[in-house]
Amino acid sequence: MSNLTLKQGRLIIAGLVILLIILHQDNWNWENSNLVFGFIPVTLFYQMCISIGASAVWFLATKIAWPDELEEKVLAEISDAPEKGGDA
Amino acid sequence: MIVLGIIAAYICLLLFLGLFSSLLFKGTSQDYMLASHSIGPFMLLMSLFGTTMTAFALVGSTGEAYVEGAGVYGLLASSSGIIHSLCFFILGVKLWSLGKKYGYTTQIQYFRDRLNSDKIGVILFPILVGMVIPYLLIGVMASGTFINAVTRGTFEAGTFPGFLEEGMNGGVPKSVASFAICVVVLIYVFFGGMRGTAWANTFQTCVFMVLGIVTFYVIAMKLGDQGSLMASLKHASNAIDAEKLTRSHMSKTQFATYFFVPLSVGMFPHLFQHWLTAKSASSFKLPVVAHPFFIMLVWSPCILIGLWATTDLIKLPPPVAGNPNAILPFMVNKLNGDVMTGLLSAGVLAAIMSSLDSQFLCLGTMFTEDIVVHYGGKGRYSEKQVILIARSFIIAIVLVVYVFSLFEPRRVFTLGIWCFSGFASLFPLVFASLYWKKLTKPGAYAAVITCAASWIYFFRESKFGLDDKFMVTYGGYETMPVMTMFFLTAIAMILVSLVTKPPSEETLQKFFPDKPTA
Repeated sequence: MSNLTLKQGRLIIAGLVILLIILHQDNWNWENSNLVFGFIPVTLFYQMCISIGASAVWFLATKIAWPDELEEKVLAEISDAPEKGGDA
Repeated sequence: MIVLGIIAAYICLLLFLGLFSSLLFKGTSQDYMLASHSIGPFMLLMSLFGTTMTAFALVGSTGEAYVEGAGVYGLLASSSGIIHSLCFFILGVKLWSLGKKYGYTTQIQYFRDRLNSDKIGVILFPILVGMVIPYLLIGVMASGTFINAVTRGTFEAGTFPGFLEEGMNGGVPKSVASFAICVVVLIYVFFGGMRGTAWANTFQTCVFMVLGIVTFYVIAMKLGDQGSLMASLKHASNAIDAEKLTRSHMSKTQFATYFFVPLSVGMFPHLFQHWLTAKSASSFKLPVVAHPFFIMLVWSPCILIGLWATTDLIKLPPPVAGNPNAILPFMVNKLNGDVMTGLLSAGVLAAIMSSLDSQFLCLGTMFTEDIVVHYGGKGRYSEKQVILIARSFIIAIVLVVYVFSLFEPRRVFTLGIWCFSGFASLFPLVFASLYWKKLTKPGAYAAVITCAASWIYFFRESKFGLDDKFMVTYGGYETMPVMTMFFLTAIAMILVSLVTKPPSEETLQKFFPDKPTA
């Protein structure tokens, strides 16, 4: 993971998010009235898995695509120019 | 009376928390409105989650699942898990850096500077406030309905004036309950400011998540009545009609276009304020990761409870069966003892209040910072006067919302969708402001005006939310109105930006410093 550049990391996350969006439209479950584990409707269970998948993708995003340099840059700029800011 | 006592005790605890946090208040308007940038990762997660998961998520999702079936989770919960975190990631972090660098505390301050337009606040402020009102209305309406439903049979006839008691069945009248909740939230917001609100939010989000799980367990055990949890869950779910388990009655294009709705988090004023004023950019990591999972924890039990309410295992009286907003309080009240009902009600009210407080405070901040101080002139008002003006404006808004809540009630879910749709349609504006150098001042005005005009047009067409099946149809395909509003806004913004004078070199250097200007 550490060998990935930020740009590569962001491309991977973008791809995974698009995949989640496509998978979210589960037309194949539309008429399915089965119950998973005997009590969760398939359509609900599937979408719960999408939620878990989303958390996993965003966890990965914090590891390979997070703009840590932005925070460092901003804090450095502020400490360099303490008089600036607040003019909104 | 036990139920009412527990609710009252919870409210006292909340007020104590607000008063305690006020001891840490530094006395400046900056601290009152922003807690001096001290909101770290955990409180940011709880605040962001608490304010987005409200009466809409609990009362609304249960009622909607009762009417529309299991597909409701996919309509908004799973899509929100993807899109909300996406917005935190692509908008939140970048906006934090600009807020930190240039001292912005509200979204209007940011847009004013980014667009180099002193007057953008005049048009954006009333539109943002107008679109927040339905969201506040959801909380105020739902709190009244909920308290009334769980306290039925508490009071004898004649306790309240006749006009309040009609249809109340011995419960606290809806209008009285809604008013009480408004007053409680106002008190702790006034005493604690942003710090008190963030503390109360964190506390209340923990309360409603824990009690939510307890609610689900108790309802499943009572309704299924099979001795063990698993057997009870199976028994309850097997009684659900097959049609409610599928999405056979739901249009596929409607389902797909619901994806535009969660984009609303990009422009919600209170979330925007959190982005601009968080302690650090890395504070967003926890909310980004945990948000989808937390949504699942809250929504999935509510969907199942809504589905179980459709079964023969429980008999709903006609007034409840005809009012989706009353499904959750009815199930809580019917299937629990008084003590449990009181505790669970406190949990639901916690969710409702944890959203109202942030919105109230944010509206007050926007009014003072963006309108009063900006146009009145800095230094004209003392710190105390600024806080007083903020509080007066908040009271005025609460009164407006309260009066609206007395009119014919709408479905919480439907009203929520209309509110989110308005903010979602403004998403192109915030996205372009951060990533598109060619966005111009006239382009932004065109976007805001188009969004407001299309929202008002469609909301009116839906009879102001009364027609909960309202869709925009293209070639026989039903779509959510938000999709059309989103694209109209984006097209107006792009076309006008392309034919008008580009932003100044100074503005581009300020907001896009790393790359050479186009």
